[in-house]
Amino acid sequence: MSASEMALVAKDVRKTFTRNTGERIEALAGISLQVRSGTLTALVGPDGAGKTTLLRLASGLVLPDSGSLEVIGKDVASHPQDVQNRISYMPQRFGLYEDLSVQENLDLYADLHDVTRERRQEVYPRLFEMTQLGRFKDRPAGKLSGGMKQKLGLACTLVRSPKLLLLDEPTVGVDPLSRRELWEIVFKLVREEKLSVIVSTSYLDEAERCERAVLMHAGQVLDEGKPDEITARAEGCCFLVSDLNGASARSLQARIFSLPGIADAVPEAGRVRVVSKSATQELSVELDGVRLQAEAVKPRFEDAFMILFDRIMSDQRRAADPLGSNQTSNGTETVIEVRDLVRTFGDFTAVDHVSFDVRRGEVYGLLGPNGAGKSTTFKMLCGLLPATGGTLKVAGANLLTAGAKARQKLGYVAQKFSLYGQLTIDENLEFFASAYGLRGNDKKDRIRTLKQQLELDQFSGLPSGQLPGGFKQRLALAAALLHRPEILFLDEATSGADPLARRQFWGRITALSESGVTIIVTTHFMEEAEYCDRIIILDAGKNLAEGTPVDIRALAETNDDAAPTMDQAFIAIVEKERGKRKETAG
Amino acid sequence: MLASLFRVLTLIRKELLVILKDPKSRASLVLPPILQCLIFGYAATYDLNTVPYALVDLDRSATSRELISKLEGSGIFQRQGTLVQVEQAASLLNNQKIVLVIVVEREFERQLASGGPAAVQLIADGRNSNTSGVAQGYANSIIADFTTEWRSRQGLPAPGVQVTTRSWFNPQLETRWTMIPSLVGTITMMMTMMLTAMSVAREREEGTFDQLLVAPFTPTEIMIGKAIPSMIVGIVQASAILLVALFWFQIPFAGSFLTLYVGLALFLAAAIGFGLFLSSLAANMQQAMILCFMFLMPFMLLSGLMSPTDNMPEALQYATMINPLKYAISITRQVYLEGAQFTEMLPDMIALIVIAAVTMPISAWMFRHRLN
Repeated sequence: MSASEMALVAKDVRKTFTRNTGERIEALAGISLQVRSGTLTALVGPDGAGKTTLLRLASGLVLPDSGSLEVIGKDVASHPQDVQNRISYMPQRFGLYEDLSVQENLDLYADLHDVTRERRQEVYPRLFEMTQLGRFKDRPAGKLSGGMKQKLGLACTLVRSPKLLLLDEPTVGVDPLSRRELWEIVFKLVREEKLSVIVSTSYLDEAERCERAVLMHAGQVLDEGKPDEITARAEGCCFLVSDLNGASARSLQARIFSLPGIADAVPEAGRVRVVSKSATQELSVELDGVRLQAEAVKPRFEDAFMILFDRIMSDQRRAADPLGSNQTSNGTETVIEVRDLVRTFGDFTAVDHVSFDVRRGEVYGLLGPNGAGKSTTFKMLCGLLPATGGTLKVAGANLLTAGAKARQKLGYVAQKFSLYGQLTIDENLEFFASAYGLRGNDKKDRIRTLKQQLELDQFSGLPSGQLPGGFKQRLALAAALLHRPEILFLDEATSGADPLARRQFWGRITALSESGVTIIVTTHFMEEAEYCDRIIILDAGKNLAEGTPVDIRALAETNDDAAPTMDQAFIAIVEKERGKRKETAG
Repeated sequence: MLASLFRVLTLIRKELLVILKDPKSRASLVLPPILQCLIFGYAATYDLNTVPYALVDLDRSATSRELISKLEGSGIFQRQGTLVQVEQAASLLNNQKIVLVIVVEREFERQLASGGPAAVQLIADGRNSNTSGVAQGYANSIIADFTTEWRSRQGLPAPGVQVTTRSWFNPQLETRWTMIPSLVGTITMMMTMMLTAMSVAREREEGTFDQLLVAPFTPTEIMIGKAIPSMIVGIVQASAILLVALFWFQIPFAGSFLTLYVGLALFLAAAIGFGLFLSSLAANMQQAMILCFMFLMPFMLLSGLMSPTDNMPEALQYATMINPLKYAISITRQVYLEGAQFTEMLPDMIALIVIAAVTMPISAWMFRHRLN
């Protein structure tokens, strides 16, 4: 095979960074990789695996310490400009100008890349058609939803037909509907324009749909091949446990996950999907002396991923100590009551007569596409935004007007890291502990316990703004749990987290809910809805469906698709509702 | 009550930690005020040390030469040209080579001797009214001195009315003496208003403000927790400027430090109240910064720092009433230079209390009710 057929050839590439603290981090540890032209390749792996570094090296933004890296037949280190002229790179946070309109942003990037007038006339209509942003040409980019922003970012990188497109986690914080639309654009580009695309992602179902997947870990390639081939490595390892002996899928899953010989266990439609470390005829899982019945099922890409990672990871991830206090949960008392909640901004109705109840000890999920009104509802619940109409009670009070005592009962983890970035882990925890009235030994004990449970002991002296993403999220959780809240609000807490970190996170949430803490979450990951006791799906401010994950799946069941995934169920429900609305409108 | 106190202390501790943790930000709180004070002290002065001028001596007598040597003997007037005709001065004035033309008219000596009106014409550059006014003043007083002296030498009676001016509190009439004490208020207001407004706006931008609102803090506690650290910073800055005034510029302090510091504390409360109010209007740091500048400029112009507020149009005089800096300058000048008593400063202090008592509760209310 000649070199020109390769979009990217990496030979023993190494790259080391030095942190402010003097710590050296080996982002790429001698990686070798070949990516053929005209293919769609996914880079998957946990945070810190080196995915972003590899993409940045390929785009010539940073130079490798050693090894050689050729992109479209050119050595990046010696011809960075040549390479940059022929590729497009879309970083995790693409630089859109929020005050400029969609059209102006596009023009700006066209100007920056010297795209001729004729070429623009040819490309713009195609980009607008592809991204369906044509209707929003005059809207400022800052007013677009997360999904639309990503589409605009993609359009901006495509104004000058590149040979190779590098996408760094393009779907983080994007809802399933927009995610699907974004991927359709990428597929089309590869199919029709023979574009080479390398995309890093933490969604394994996305990697599954690519032509090739590269599993990265600690700056090296762990495995690579067609997703089918990788999935096949989990053949004979996957089982579904349907008889739960009365336990909830979530808590059973957490207990199975910590058993030896098990690589993964996740709740799925009220049952538990179990992946054993090695292929076996029959899964033998015993809990409390009871043997669980399990039927073998077809493996998925994610199962293979978990098996591969289980082999190299130590057992640290299994440490899922209970985090909460040992309150007894009674499960019938209503702690959150929302009736006919309405919130309007001008003539736009963000939340439209939404009602629901949450009982003590429940894990309750708020789901919906970007702009569905999840965050607005969330803010009203936390007392950060007044409601236009309706009533809401959290622990018996409206938090907007209630005094300090009512707010003492809740913990809040915001969507983006919102602790003091200049302060260290200890200083932040100290502040929030005092803020909630903890003092003396009690304060010291709580801080120590949470630091230990959430593994925050390293990096103690580093300003928390410089912590790696996963640590920030754990620190935010620790700060919210210091005062033993009865109710925990988690807004998109796992956005951008890798599959391993997400399991760890949900292990903690499960432990908390078992100790009686009520948990309200918003999430974009539909498989995470499986961890919830009940979920509500919102779109355009309206309640579309509410119930257990099993109920919700049942709503989307059709004759030809008997077992929809949560993702498919969600898309089906939202699209059905949108279709109905169009009919009544037309 | 006790719990509330603890929460406020927690906030103050956090705020000071955030402000003072970084050595760079620590330095940026004390060095710029001192630097600004030094720059103002040397640069912002109306005193003239040299007056470049052109001479047109039409009399060419012994007396006119004596007058000119007296002028130049002062060391202030420096001749840039000796002209034959007044018209020649135009280009020199135009090019700003000189600020003054002194014309000794014909018959100067004779008229003086005869007791009649002897004429010396001063032509000044009116484009720079301040400088030329001062230069004219210097020339006038030297010429008046000369006349008196000359007449007594000739055995003639002195002119009927002699005006002797002496300025109290600042005998040399040095601009620096009135400028530096005023800077205590001016500089600390710029720094503390910005610091307060930006710290709230940053918390809003970074989401930590939501975190505070979700915690058991009441808006009043948050407000106090923001105001007190800024006040501490303001008091330290004011003290630094006072030290520069006392020991670098050696301007004698006439009043009581207690009165001055009570006044300063009230002034800072009012200025920070404004900062908090502006921050409650702003959604992000950029807006907070723009709002601060929008208010700081008029506050400085309408403060009496550069020109007395009494000379302003009536409408503007009413506007100066909500300006904390006006009262601060009044207090610092009077206490520092005149040694004014506490009771004399009460009206100013009450005005500052009123400003703080209005701005602070409004901003506390806005913290929670601000609609996004």
